[in-house]
Order: sequence, then C-alpha cells, then structure tokens
Amino acid sequence: MIEDIELETLINDVYEYYGFDFGSYSRASLKRRVNRVFYLDGFKDFPDFLSKVRTDPEYCKRMIDEITVNVTEMFRDPSFYLTLRKEILPLLGTKPFIRIWHAGCSTGEEVYSMAIMLKEAGLLHKSILYATDINTTVLETAKSGIFPLRMIKDYADNYRDSGGQQDFSDYYIANYGFAKFNESLSEKMVFSQHNLVSDTSFNEFDLILCRNVLIYFDNNLQKRVVNLFDDSLAVLGFLALGTKETIKYSISQTKYKQFAKEKIWRKIKE
Amino acid sequence: MEKNKRVTNCKVVIIGGSAGSLQALLQILPFVEKPVSFAIVIVVHRKHSDEQTLESLIALKSKVIVKDVEDKVKLESGYIYIAPSNYHLLFERNETLSLDTSEKINYSRPSIDVSFESAAEIYGDQLVGILLSGSNSDGTVGLKAIQTAGGITVVQNPLSAEMSFMPNNAILHTHPDYILSTDEILEFLKDINKEE
Ligand SMILES: C[S@@+](CC[C@H](N)C(=O)[O-])C[C@H]1O[C@@H](n2cnc3c(N)ncnc32)[C@H](O)[C@@H]1O
Repeated sequence: MIEDIELETLINDVYEYYGFDFGSYSRASLKRRVNRVFYLDGFKDFPDFLSKVRTDPEYCKRMIDEITVNVTEMFRDPSFYLTLRKEILPLLGTKPFIRIWHAGCSTGEEVYSMAIMLKEAGLLHKSILYATDINTTVLETAKSGIFPLRMIKDYADNYRDSGGQQDFSDYYIANYGFAKFNESLSEKMVFSQHNLVSDTSFNEFDLILCRNVLIYFDNNLQKRVVNLFDDSLAVLGFLALGTKETIKYSISQTKYKQFAKEKIWRKIKE
Repeated sequence: MEKNKRVTNCKVVIIGGSAGSLQALLQILPFVEKPVSFAIVIVVHRKHSDEQTLESLIALKSKVIVKDVEDKVKLESGYIYIAPSNYHLLFERNETLSLDTSEKINYSRPSIDVSFESAAEIYGDQLVGILLSGSNSDGTVGLKAIQTAGGITVVQNPLSAEMSFMPNNAILHTHPDYILSTDEILEFLKDINKEE
C-alpha cells in the first residue's frame, strides 16, 4: 500500500502541474484507486511513479482515467427509474421543453436509460440531455452508445423492473459481442467534459442526475457541488442522487422537498 | 482458545461472512447487551434484491441499535452498521464511513477484504476482525491486513459454521488469534466490552 504522505504529494503535484484538484476526494477510496494503478502499471517505487505523472501528460491522463470509478449500469436501481417514469416525467412533460443534466455520466448507460424512458413517454423530441464527466475516455464510449452484450440480459431485467414494457432488444443492434443503441436515442444528447470540482454552472435544468459521484467527495466538496446543482436547477426542478447519498448535510432543507422514498429532491423555492 | 492476545482498547469490531453467516449473526447479535463500548460493522455478501431485509431482521432481533448506512455517516461506538448491498464500505480518518461502487473483488461487492483492509488502516490495534461462515475466499486477505496492523482476528470454528470454506481458508493462510464457536464469539464480545 502507498503511504498517506505519498498520496498527498501526488494530489499536490497533479494540481500544480495539471490543475486537476483531487484534494477534496474521500481518501479511503482515492488511496485504493491510486494504489491499484500504481501496481497495475508495474511501478515499484513511488518516486518513479510521481515523476512519470509529472513529466508525462498522457500518463497523467491515464492515471486520472484509472482512478475515477466508472462502474455503471442501465436502469441501475430499477425502483428509482420506476419513480422517474411514473411520477417525475409526467410532471416534466407539461413543460414546453425539458432540460436534463447527467453529471458524472461515466460511459453513458444512465443517459441511454433516460432517453428510452423519455421516448416511451413521448417526450424525447422536446428534451435535451447534457451528459458530462471529468473523464474524457468514458465520454467517448458514451457518445458511441456501444455497450458490452454480456450485460444486456441484466439491463433488460432492470428495464422491465423499472416499468418498461417494450421489447428491450428493439433499442439496439447486437454485433460481435456489443450492443449498439439506436441513434434515435442519442440525437438529443450532448456530451462534454465538465469537472464538478472546478467548473461552474452552464445552464438551467429541470432535472439533474448525479448518482454515485458524491460518494467520492468529502463533505466540503459535496456541499459545494450540491450548491452548484442548486444554481443550475429551475424552481420546481428535481435533483436525483444515488441510493446512499443525501443532500441533508449540504443545503438548507427548507428549499428542497424529498420526493417519495427515493433520493430525489424537488427545489421548492429560489 | 488458541492464544491469549488481550484486547485492551477496541473501538471497532468488524464482522464478515457469506453463505451461512446470517444464522451465525442471529446466534450472536441478539444476545449482545447494551451499551457496547465499540462500533459493530457487518459486511456480508447478499443478493441485491434483499436490500433491506438483513437490516430489518438484525434491527428487529438485536438490542443494539442498527444505524442506517449512508455515505459519510459518522461511525460511533454503541451502534451496529451494516454494509449496503452493491457498494464497498470504506473507513475514513475522520471516523466516517464512505461508499464506493468500484469493481467487485472476489466476485463480491461489498467485499470483506476491502472493508477489513480499510478498517485495519484506520483502526490498527483498536480493531477486532471476525470472519464467519461462507463458501468463498473473501476475508482471508483482509484478516491478514488486520493482523499486520496489530488488530485481533477471530475466525468462526469451521465445525460450527454452516459453510466451512471461508473460515478454513482463513485458518489455513493466517494464524487467527482465536477460533471460536458462535457461543464463544458472544462471550468474547462480552469480555472486550468496557461498558459492562
Ligand atoms: C460510479 S460513476 C457513476 C455513473 C452513473 N452516474 C451511475 O450512477 O451509474 C462516477 C463517475 O463520476 C465521475 N467523476 C469523478 N469525479 C468527477 C468530477 N470531479 N467531475 C465530474 N465527474 C467526475 C467519474 O469519472 C465517473 O465516471
């Protein structure tokens, strides 16, 4: 295991040399991730690793790609999607135009899940889905809409459990171990790099999803990011987090009302 | 009892298990009397679908209160914490718990190894790790980490375990401080409880 002090040196250097600030990431997870890439790439000596990161921007990018946790699924936590489908989308559907932000979208499975639900609700044509992540490699996958075929059975089950009634296989074409999702789903998606630590609000949204991203941040950064979402959310808009995340420690509870039993909050005043 | 390494100042007892461990937990936890001078953290493998049943069952049966584990919850002595399914459970320096959705380890999320290693790093010799029944090898590496960091390790006696593979594997590869039946584990917990 690398030492705490080594991790702190790395964090400082990555910030100084490249401007990416991991100083407010939860240390337990970050340390495991750095440790993992250190051994994965065959380093024996911490100073070697550090100097590689400092001098080789390509390698630093690889390291950042590897330390971010990109594990995701389509329709992850079906009951969450069921609530979106049954309760949130009908409310959003009354608007002339629906703006959604997936912050920390990873390889995009969440975004395609949303597009499928919007399509089925007859709302996709008037929606726009912004999907952002700090990691540009995962954004490339997200843009392509190509996911491993071996996951599709689980996704089809999740889809059904989330209230989906169509034939899930109509949404993709299977080929050589991959499923390519229909372009009609991705037409309304805009992918771009956005760092929740340092970038600002870029639009006003009706629904922001940021699931399983805040768990990697410490309380202070969580607070800042929730406030960034608050700045980016229209009144009566919704904020959705992962099943074990909360805004409780981050923002005044008089401004937000939790929706159903899910981790969905509605902004009730400016 | 194997050796008699004394537990002097235990802050956290972390318990791992897989198949057959629920039965063991239910032979132990309901009989732990309040108040307890340490936090009890439980990391067991389970299906995604039993999300709340384990929590509810343990909360119902035990006198010690079960705290809901959300990200960054404070870890306090006197309570039981149960790792939620589909997340790894990690320990932070400021005595909070954090969650992580990274790849499964030993086909498991939560992985016992991951939580044991993380707890060992933070709590060192103030940690007791207990490994119960199960049929895979998760937990062995974690127990080793606890030992190296100066903590105390306990393995359920394979003869009393519904599934002996997990405890056997740990006994084979580490030298646990104690190998105990569930009744003895209960006694052990009473012994290390400073509040009694
Ligand atoms: C576990 S994935 C979550 C994917 C999806 N939202 C879900 O719940 O399945 C976490 C994502 O957060 C991204 N992330 C981490 N730090 C970030 C930051 N500072 N700004 C934006 N995204 C970040 C990671 O690159 C990763 O893709």
